[in-house]
Amino acid sequence: MLNLDFSFYNWEVISNFVLKGFYFSVMLTLIATIGGVFFGTLLALMRLSGKKWLDAPAAIYVNGMRSIPLVMVILWFFLLVPASFYSLFGSMGTNYRSEISAVITFIAFEAAYFSEIMRAGIQSIPRGQVNAGQAVGMTYNQNMRLVILPQAFRNMLPVLLTQTIILFQDTSLVYAIGAYDLLKGFDTMGKQYGRTVESYLLAAVVYFILCYSLSWMVKRLHKKIAIIR
Amino acid sequence: MGSNWDWQVFLQDPGGKFPTYWQWMLSAWGWTLSVSLLALIVALVLGSLVGIIRTLPDNPWLIRLGNAWVELFRNIPLLVQIFLWYHVIPALVPPMKTVPSFILVVLALGFFTSARIAEQVRSGIQALPKGQRYAGMAVGFTTFQYYRYVILPMAYRIIIPPLTSETMNIFKNSSVAFAVSVSELTMFAMQAQEETSRGIEVYLAVTALYVVSAFAINRLMSFIEKKTRVPGFIVSASGGGGH
Repeated sequence: MLNLDFSFYNWEVISNFVLKGFYFSVMLTLIATIGGVFFGTLLALMRLSGKKWLDAPAAIYVNGMRSIPLVMVILWFFLLVPASFYSLFGSMGTNYRSEISAVITFIAFEAAYFSEIMRAGIQSIPRGQVNAGQAVGMTYNQNMRLVILPQAFRNMLPVLLTQTIILFQDTSLVYAIGAYDLLKGFDTMGKQYGRTVESYLLAAVVYFILCYSLSWMVKRLHKKIAIIR
Repeated sequence: MGSNWDWQVFLQDPGGKFPTYWQWMLSAWGWTLSVSLLALIVALVLGSLVGIIRTLPDNPWLIRLGNAWVELFRNIPLLVQIFLWYHVIPALVPPMKTVPSFILVVLALGFFTSARIAEQVRSGIQALPKGQRYAGMAVGFTTFQYYRYVILPMAYRIIIPPLTSETMNIFKNSSVAFAVSVSELTMFAMQAQEETSRGIEVYLAVTALYVVSAFAINRLMSFIEKKTRVPGFIVSASGGGGH
C-alpha cells in the first residue's frame, strides 16, 4: 500500500498554515481583478482611441507584458519597486514586502490581459450602437459609459471570469519571491511535518475543487446570459 | 540608475561549470528551448488524441474520459502540477524516482498544455460543417480514414492561430521549471541576480531572450499558416460568425 499518512491534518494545523495563505491568494485575486479591469479598460480605451500617441504606448505595454513569462514579471517588480514604496505601508511594508510586491505585479500584469479582453468586448459591439449614441448627441464619454461599455462588459463577462480563475491559479507563482499564498501554506505545512507528499497532494485537490466549481459556475452563467440575449 | 550599467557582469566567472555568465545564460536558454519543444511534442500528441476522442461518434465513455482529462489538467495550477510530478508521483511510483527532473518538467508542462490543445482540437473539429463528416462517410471511409483524410487536415488548419499562442505559452510557462531546479533561463536569472547583485542587467538579458523566442515562434507559426492555407476556406470559416 502507499505510505500516505494524512493523520497529522487537523483543523488547528490547517488554520495555522493554510488559511493565512488562502486568504492572501483570494485577496490577491480580487485586488488584481479589480485593479486589472480598471487599468485594463483604460489601456483598451487608449488602444481604441484612434490617436497614435495614446495607442502606441498602450500597445507596447500590453504586447510587452504578454510576451514575458509571469514569473519574470514577478521577479522584475520585486527587484525594481523601491524600498521607499514599502515604507508607505509602515510596519506592514517591512513584514509583507513580497506580498505587497505581488499585488502590484499582478495588477500591472493582469491589466495587459484584461485590456485585450476589453478591447475584444468593445469591438464586439456593432458599429450601429456607436452611431446611435452619436446620433442622440452623446459625447464620447457618455457614449462609452452609457452605451458601449455596459454592453461590452456583459458580452465579455464569461471570458473575464475565466481569466479571473486563471489569475487565481497564477497567484501560486508568487512562490518565486516567497510570498505566503495558498500553495506556500501547504508547502510550509508539509515541510514542518515532514509530509510534503501528502501536503502537495492536498494542495492539488483544494485547487482543483476551487477552480472546477468556479469554472462550472462560469459555464452556467454563460448559458444564462446567452439565453437572455 | 541609468548611468551605472555594468554589462561586463556577463564576462565574470560564476565559479562553476561555466567560465562566464553569458555562457551559462546561453546554456540556460538551451534548457528553456528544449523543455519547451519537448513539452510541445508531448502536448500536441496527447492533446490531439484527447481532443479527437471527445468528438468521436457513439462513444460516451471516451468522451467522458476526454472531458475528465481536460478538467483535471486545466483546474490545477501548473506549479502545483510540477510539484505533483516532482514530489508526489515518485513517492507513489518508485521507478519514477530515477527520472531526472528535466523529464518530469517536460511531462508536467506537456500534460498541462495537452488539456488546452485538446480543447482547441475539439473546437476545431466541431467548427467544421457536419457535411464534411458525412461526405467522408458517404465515400465509404472508416472512422479512422475520414478523420485522417477529411476532418483533421481541415481542423488543424483552423486551429493554427490558437495553437500559435499556446506554443508561445509553453515557452513562457517553461519558466515555472525554476521551482524544481531545472537550470533554465528563469533559474539562471534568479541565481545570477543573487550572485552578482546586477539584477537589472541579468533580468534584461533574460527577458530579451524570452521575447526573441516568443517572436521567433510567432513568425514560424504564421509562416506555417500561410503555407498550409486552403484558399477560400479559412476566410469563410471566420466570416461565418455573427448570430
